Amino acid sequence: MIKIQAQVNGLAVEASIDPRVTLGDFLRDDQDLTGLHLACEHGVCGACTVLVDEVPVRACITLAAAMDGKSIRTIEGLEDDPVTEVVRGAFSEKHGLQCGFCTPGMVITVRDLLQRGRCQSKEEIRQQLAGNLCRCTGYGGIVEAAVLARDRLADQPADQPGTLTEGAVK
Amino acid sequence: MKSAAFQYAKAKDLPGALDALGEAEGGVKLLGGGQSLLPMMNLRLAWAEQLLDISELETLKQRERRGTRYFIGGGVTHAALEDGVADDLTQGYVPTVAAGIAYRSVRNKGTIGGSVVHADPAADWPTALRALDTRVLIQGRQDQRQLPLAEFQVGLMETALEADEIVLGFELPVLSERARWAYKKFNRKTGEFGHALCAAVRDPAQSWACVMLGAVVDTPQRLPALSEWLLKASAADVQRTAALDALIQDDLGQVLDQAPDSYEFHLAATLIRRALREVVSS
Repeated sequence: MIKIQAQVNGLAVEASIDPRVTLGDFLRDDQDLTGLHLACEHGVCGACTVLVDEVPVRACITLAAAMDGKSIRTIEGLEDDPVTEVVRGAFSEKHGLQCGFCTPGMVITVRDLLQRGRCQSKEEIRQQLAGNLCRCTGYGGIVEAAVLARDRLADQPADQPGTLTEGAVK
Repeated sequence: MKSAAFQYAKAKDLPGALDALGEAEGGVKLLGGGQSLLPMMNLRLAWAEQLLDISELETLKQRERRGTRYFIGGGVTHAALEDGVADDLTQGYVPTVAAGIAYRSVRNKGTIGGSVVHADPAADWPTALRALDTRVLIQGRQDQRQLPLAEFQVGLMETALEADEIVLGFELPVLSERARWAYKKFNRKTGEFGHALCAAVRDPAQSWACVMLGAVVDTPQRLPALSEWLLKASAADVQRTAALDALIQDDLGQVLDQAPDSYEFHLAATLIRRALREVVSS
């Protein structure tokens, strides 16, 4: 067993881990964070996307044992995040989800795209979202939601919470 | 699918990692980003008694100019190369290749060294880096050695790396402002492995031209006649389609088993034509 100390959604966590356990199973089964979803379990579908040290990774092909000293954020930990709030609202308004299984991964991925300024056009959004599968095939609404979130964030005055770093959008 | 049981250790420094590798009695695999290895272990296509995690070794994350060469550490992630446009020394070639690998959440973890050592015939780096005069720097417990990348990959997912060695990184030539390149990948879905890859690089300042074809056979293939043609080709030469097609037929005939009217042959020829047109006319 491997001992790790990590931050999970801002809380210090200590755990003893069997090396073969993935980060996805650790978060769902041990930490009861079931917002991330495990589907393909080989890095293709994107439903298990979480943030490790603030960048998106696939929890199904990341080892929990490797998380010593890392900071992990799941969709639950983004509850109060201002950018996520805008993205979440846009998904709701634009019908960016049907069954909702892929949604946590989609929201985290769209948030990352917005922060990196990679939502310039619908074509770019579709390309950048290629690693997140929606088996309801509701991509139209998801792309519309990303566009709406982008435009709303760009319209916010600079001192408002949820503003992206300058130059990141448009 | 879950992987079979294995031991796990995180290396603190390079000498420690080399010692651990040297003292182990087989069954140890190095874990970089794990973006190929872990899914393969989940699917029981790969097996390891122990994973030695080298993803946090700072020595492997360097990128720097070394005279006329550009060193990229084996532990540098695709995402770092994608974002590192400002200090790229390959006229945008390396960042462009990096940005096209799988998806961002994979690029955040996957490394250039892991990709080359994994030696998947359809992976991007083994083909893309071969289009440059790339050398592999290899660290053993006692010695360091270098190999041209052309000699490093010896077969399907098989390299010249010994069990007690680690790839330190790669030395690429610094490309001149006159250098031109193209990287073409055909896939049905954005981010998946290419069905065919073509990398073409020409740098007149170094009298260098190379056309590489990937993903169609066990290892990346240099196309000799086309590489020679590219060195001197002008925009007018690209218009002489019959002569160019004859060269493509010659080179592909040496590489592919399929008939010239097959899908595979046609796909490779199309990518090659697109890549060459772009290099010569840009």
